[in-house]
Amino acid sequence: MPKVTMNINGRARSTEVENRTLLSTALREKLHLTGTHIGCDTSQCGACVVHVNGKAVKSCAVFAVELDGATIDTIEGQAAPDGSLNVIQQAFKDHHGLQCGFCTPGMVMSAAALLKDNPKPNEAEIRDYLEGNICRCTGYQGIVNAIMAASGQAVPAIAAE
Amino acid sequence: MYDFDLVIPSSVADAASAMKADGAQALGGGQTLLPTMKQRLAAPEVLVKLSDLAEMVGVSAASGILRVGGATTHAQVAEEGAAYPALAALAGNIGDPAVRNRGTIGGSIANNDPAACYPAGALGSGATIITDRREIAADDFFTDLFETALDEGEIITAVNFPIPDAANYQKFDQPASRFALVGVFVARFGDAVRVAVTGASNGGVFRWSVAEEALSADFSASAVEGLAVNAGDMISDLHGSAAYRAHLIGVLTRRAVQSC
Repeated sequence: MPKVTMNINGRARSTEVENRTLLSTALREKLHLTGTHIGCDTSQCGACVVHVNGKAVKSCAVFAVELDGATIDTIEGQAAPDGSLNVIQQAFKDHHGLQCGFCTPGMVMSAAALLKDNPKPNEAEIRDYLEGNICRCTGYQGIVNAIMAASGQAVPAIAAE
Repeated sequence: MYDFDLVIPSSVADAASAMKADGAQALGGGQTLLPTMKQRLAAPEVLVKLSDLAEMVGVSAASGILRVGGATTHAQVAEEGAAYPALAALAGNIGDPAVRNRGTIGGSIANNDPAACYPAGALGSGATIITDRREIAADDFFTDLFETALDEGEIITAVNFPIPDAANYQKFDQPASRFALVGVFVARFGDAVRVAVTGASNGGVFRWSVAEEALSADFSASAVEGLAVNAGDMISDLHGSAAYRAHLIGVLTRRAVQSC
């Protein structure tokens, strides 16, 4: 089987994969990084979003073998080594940005990608960017509020829509 | 999905020779191919990875042409396609951000999904599809549903878009799939107008020639008022009837003209 080496959350990690092994499968089953969730496995839901070379990507729609030498960031790398949450994670906690939590890893990774490109997005930009992330608790207002707060902006007092 | 052999070529020439293998299939960003393989609707024996081939990635504008490398992602076109704003906007509204970071123009055009956005942009612009073997006019390229003029193993290396004087793409989203329920691309080159429609026809993307004639004579939304496409040729499914899609074509064409 081909061996693939990726820099994952700042650490070089190697594993053997089949050509058909998806990045999401390699992360979860080979490297035991189970924070990346598989919701739909059809690239609709966005629970599996990770960053590949700094860009948000659906890890269920990429072959791991294509990513030899790539830099991967997953939800496990978001908190500080002592376990303290990063600003986005803390804002999700503070602003009720998660209910069941299943979509949260993908939401946080998408939010991180958005804020890297656009440090002060407005509400419409946030909703637009999260088009590919589905929360079946329908907790979108809390998620939008969390991202507003994480980017240092005022949180809307009531739902805008 | 079934396993396959993977070839990671270092040049277009290497890719072209790998594509000669029996059962070989080009792999762009994989945003359509991987889900298709998961469902076992496709089971290629060999995949030839085209994304990241440096000679096929990039956006450049010169002498009125926007050239987009075949392996360029939608996100890159959205970001770097400022010389052709309507096309950059089209690219920036395909799928969702994560899909746009992987999906490529060559993959989209080669697949010729009847609801994809890029076929409308290419046909509406009168683009030229450049392959490892030849150049194909968009008018000759999109032949039928999921069918193109590409021969076995032929690789799209770039797409050349003539930059119009004015253009606009109107997409009526199908919110679950993020494809176009109907999409209309209008481009005006001097007095000549092209109108390409995606998402609507059983035959895939097509030019609405009646509207083109009317708009070439009078480039205004009122010029296409009252014109109708034949609903008999339109797709009908649970998301919209043929008559609904035919109606949307008129509405979106007028909006596109108004936004030009």
